[in-house]
Amino acid sequence: MTAIAAIATRRRRQDRVARGLLALGTMLALIPLALILYYLIVKGIGAWSWSFFTTDPTGSFFGDPGGIKSAILGTIEIVGLATALAAPVGIGVAIWLVEYGKSNPVATAVRYFIDVMTGVPSIVFGLFIYITLVLSGIGGTFAGWKGAVALALLALPIVTRSAEVVLVLVPDTLREAGLALGAPRWKVITRVVLPAALPGIVTGVLLAVARAAGETAPLIFTATIVKTSSFDLGAPMNSLPAQIFSDVGQAQDRLVTRAWGAALTLVALIFLFTTLARLFARRSAVR
Amino acid sequence: MNPEVRDPLVRPSEVSKRREVQQERSKERVPSQRGRDVVLEHLTAFYGDNPAVSGVSLHFKANDVTAIIGPSGCGKSTLVRCINRMHEEIPGTRVEGKVMLDDVDVYGPGSDPVAVRAAIGMVFQKANPFPTMSVFDNVAAGLRLTGKKGRDLNGRVESALKGAGLWEEVKDRLDRPGSALSGGQQQRLCIARAIAVQPEVILMDEPCSALDPQATLRIEELISELKTRYTIAIVTHNMQQAARVADSTAFMLNGELVEFAPTDKIFTNPSDSRTEDYVTGRFG
Repeated sequence: MTAIAAIATRRRRQDRVARGLLALGTMLALIPLALILYYLIVKGIGAWSWSFFTTDPTGSFFGDPGGIKSAILGTIEIVGLATALAAPVGIGVAIWLVEYGKSNPVATAVRYFIDVMTGVPSIVFGLFIYITLVLSGIGGTFAGWKGAVALALLALPIVTRSAEVVLVLVPDTLREAGLALGAPRWKVITRVVLPAALPGIVTGVLLAVARAAGETAPLIFTATIVKTSSFDLGAPMNSLPAQIFSDVGQAQDRLVTRAWGAALTLVALIFLFTTLARLFARRSAVR
Repeated sequence: MNPEVRDPLVRPSEVSKRREVQQERSKERVPSQRGRDVVLEHLTAFYGDNPAVSGVSLHFKANDVTAIIGPSGCGKSTLVRCINRMHEEIPGTRVEGKVMLDDVDVYGPGSDPVAVRAAIGMVFQKANPFPTMSVFDNVAAGLRLTGKKGRDLNGRVESALKGAGLWEEVKDRLDRPGSALSGGQQQRLCIARAIAVQPEVILMDEPCSALDPQATLRIEELISELKTRYTIAIVTHNMQQAARVADSTAFMLNGELVEFAPTDKIFTNPSDSRTEDYVTGRFG
């Protein structure tokens, strides 16, 4: 009896210590996150106003600095195009890796290079596009679509890797069920495997898009920083990270405030977009 | 065929009652289709270099239920997976020997695994309804995925669900997710999905091993109904089940076929001493 009681007491104490450590770790991780949000809101919300969202930056040194309309539009356009480029290709590569390549040498090599690509700093993608697409003068010099290509390259390995992980998680029993009915493999993939993996794939695409939307370096070399709004992806285009980058280094307080406002806008945009996409994925999964 | 002596665990009166119910049920339906003969000739199936099935020759008679019994790892699941070419879905596997579906060589040069699988349906150990689809869509999936949708999808789904004895239970919730049904219902949903594509042979790989006795009984009754229209091969590790449902039984050990005979004979008067040891519970 006493031995059992002693073990129970010791075990309870160990349990309490372990739980305490885990809670502490979680708190430590949450502190910077909460502080970032706090500062963003405190410093950024003051900049928000109707004209902040509806006017372009003026560039005037003494007068009204203007809003960030061109940056918001530019980010939506560039990131939208980047997603349209990276998502289908990335999901396609993941499907090939999981359903066809499996563990053959080519697939192993592809996986390796995707991992390497994930670790490449974003500025390298910016420089790569700068050299290949901007300096070569294909379709003019700086252009929104070139920024989108740089962001797509950056997002591609993230989309691929996360989609691959999710596809691997789809149980083989479902593939077997489809194949055993006499369904061709492509139909099993498109009608059975992909729907089952959709919520996870969407999450992976969202992660990649959120990451790409916040990148500054690849855009400065490719789409540059401009003032006016543009719907022409073939022309230089403003973006929120670029706007923040140029504003935050200025000596004037109102420009620094505009940078905070723009940063808060960027976070809010990503949050809004993520929520919408998740709702959509949930609705299209199971009724 | 005398079911009363075959099954020591079920009282004779119960068996005959069950048989009567089954016979009445199957009388309602005119046999609309004949199953096909399946003949295995020296079938050997490898995982890498290891044969899981070696040199098995076996004749599954049309419209019979043939049970395959044997201890775990004896190759009985692999054997049935060779019949509809599902074995080759596992990387590093290969098959030698022949599988004949009537006069068609399943592994012949012109044979397409997709066509083979449409003709030879399969029900798995664990019920595997498509989780993103409703009850209706699960049954329709077989038709949609194989491009056989045709006309009257509703009617064909309904008759498949009726054929699987599930219609009365689900007709009011066809739009609910298939995975919301009970385990036994899910397995019958999978049977409905398999018969919706109108195969000629149905392979069942331990279809009741995850089900409770009540649901198992329901599936066994269904098997007896289904054999009016299909040739059925059932893998089971439950000898009573083999005795209850099968016309013939094959006993496998270490990848080899030890004995194949009418079920009565396997359970009452086996020729091979290893069969006797197994069916009397001395090993396995």
